[in-house]
Amino acid sequence: MKKTPEKLIDEKGNRLDGRGPTDLRPIKLEVGVLGNADGSAYIEQGKSKILAAVYGPREVHPKHLALPDRALLRCRYHMAPFSVEERKSPAPSRREVELSKVIREALEPSLFLEYYPRTSIDIFIEVLQADGGTRCAGIIVSSLALADAGIPMRELVAACAAGKVQGHLVLDLTDIEDKGGEADMPIAFMPTCNAITLLQMDGMLTNDEFEQTLNMALDGCRQISQLQKEALKAKYVAVKEAVEERIQ
Amino acid sequence: MPIFYERKQLITPGDLLAEGDYEASENTYKEDNKIYASRIGLMDYDQKKVYVVALKSFYVPRVGDTVIGKVVEVGLSGWIVDIRAPYLATLRASDALERPFNPRENDLTAIFDVGTLVIAKIIAYDRTRDPLLSIQEAGLGKIKRGQVIKVTPTKIPRVIGRKGSMVNMIKQETGCEITVGQNGVILVSGKSPEEERLAMMAIRKIEQESHTNGLTDRVTEMIRKEKRGEKNA
Repeated sequence: MKKTPEKLIDEKGNRLDGRGPTDLRPIKLEVGVLGNADGSAYIEQGKSKILAAVYGPREVHPKHLALPDRALLRCRYHMAPFSVEERKSPAPSRREVELSKVIREALEPSLFLEYYPRTSIDIFIEVLQADGGTRCAGIIVSSLALADAGIPMRELVAACAAGKVQGHLVLDLTDIEDKGGEADMPIAFMPTCNAITLLQMDGMLTNDEFEQTLNMALDGCRQISQLQKEALKAKYVAVKEAVEERIQ
Repeated sequence: MPIFYERKQLITPGDLLAEGDYEASENTYKEDNKIYASRIGLMDYDQKKVYVVALKSFYVPRVGDTVIGKVVEVGLSGWIVDIRAPYLATLRASDALERPFNPRENDLTAIFDVGTLVIAKIIAYDRTRDPLLSIQEAGLGKIKRGQVIKVTPTKIPRVIGRKGSMVNMIKQETGCEITVGQNGVILVSGKSPEEERLAMMAIRKIEQESHTNGLTDRVTEMIRKEKRGEKNA
C-alpha cells in the first residue's frame, strides 16, 4: 500500500499532481472505439481509464423483464481485476452493484426510453484503471457511447465530483484525495435542461461549503460537457476535413 | 422564430436548434417552444419543420419498407427473422407457400432454414406488435447469390441518392445488381467477384463520407480509377 502523504495540498493551494483547487484532470475522450458494440466510447481522466459499450435497443432476454411502455435500461459497472493496486476479485461486489444502479439512474432521464417499448438498452462499463472519480467518468463515457449508438436523448450527461480535502474545497478528486479528504460529492448534470441527475455525498460539509462545492462541481460538468460534444463530433469532422483537403 | 444553426451543420444531442413556431421533426424534440436535437447529425429545416439527418442510428421498421433479414428461428407456423431492428420480425408459412399451411405436409426448414437470408416487405407493424413480413412480390424471397454488406440505416437515402442517382450509377459502372434494404443491409450480386468488390468499395466510401458534398462524382471517379488500374495490372 502506498502511504498517504501528510500534506495533500501545499501552502500555495496546489495539489499533489500540481493542479489548482478548481482544475480538472486532463481528459481524453474517444468515441466509437469498439467494432462489435452498437456504440462505444473511451475516457482517460488523469490516471483513470474506462471503456463503455452500448447495445440496443434490442429484444429483452429474459423476456419477462420487458416493459410494455418503454425500453428497459440495464447497466453494468465493472472493475477489471487489474484496475486497482491490490487485485480485485472479478465477481461483482456490493459497491459495483450499487454504482451500476446509480449510473443507470443518472442516465435514464436523458433518454427517450418510451420510444422503444419492449426492448432493452444495455450499457457495459469496464474500468481498466481506477484513480478516483470512476462513477463520474463512467457516466461521461456511457452517455457518449449511448449517443454513438444512435439512441435518441435529450442531451449528453456530464458528471464531475468536488469535495473538501484538508480544509480546502477542490474539484475532481483523485483516489488519494478522496481517501485522505473530509468530503466527496459526485454529481451528474444535464446543462441545457439544467437538471441534476445524480447527487451523492460522503463526509461532512457545512451548508455554505455544500453550496460552494455544488457550484464548483456544476462548473466542472459544464466544461466536461463541451469536451463531450467535441469528442462526439471529432470522428465526423476528421472525415470531412480529409475530403475537403483532397478536393482542393 | 430564430434558427441557431446553418443547414448541414454538425449537431450533437441537446443542441438548441430553433425557437418558436416550428414543428420538431426527425431526431429533434420540443420543450418550452424550443427545438433541440436528440441525435448526432446534420441540421436542416424548411418553412415549417426543423430536423436532423442522423449520422448514426438504428433501423426502426416502417410498413412498406423492403428489408433484408436473416432467419433465426423456424417456428411451427412461420419463421422469425432478424431484420436488424429493435424487434424481431415474423414471416408466416402461409405467405411463403401461397396456400393454406398444413404442419403435417409441409416442412418449413425445407423452404427457409435457419441462417437463410431473405428479401421481404414489411406489411404490418405498430408499437404493440412485432413487424410482419411478406415475400409475395417480384424480387422478394430467398437470396441465392451475391454478397451482403451492412451500413448505418440512416445512410440508406445517401446510398440510393436523389431519385436513385447514386445506386444507378454504381449499377452502371460496375455491372452489379444491387438490392437496397431499408434496414441498412445491401445485396450486391455481379457476374464476377471483382465487380462485387468494386460495388462494395463504393458503398463503403458512401457510408464513410455521407456528410460531405459532391459525393456522387467522387465515387464515380473512384470506380473508374479502380477499373483502369485493374486493366493495367
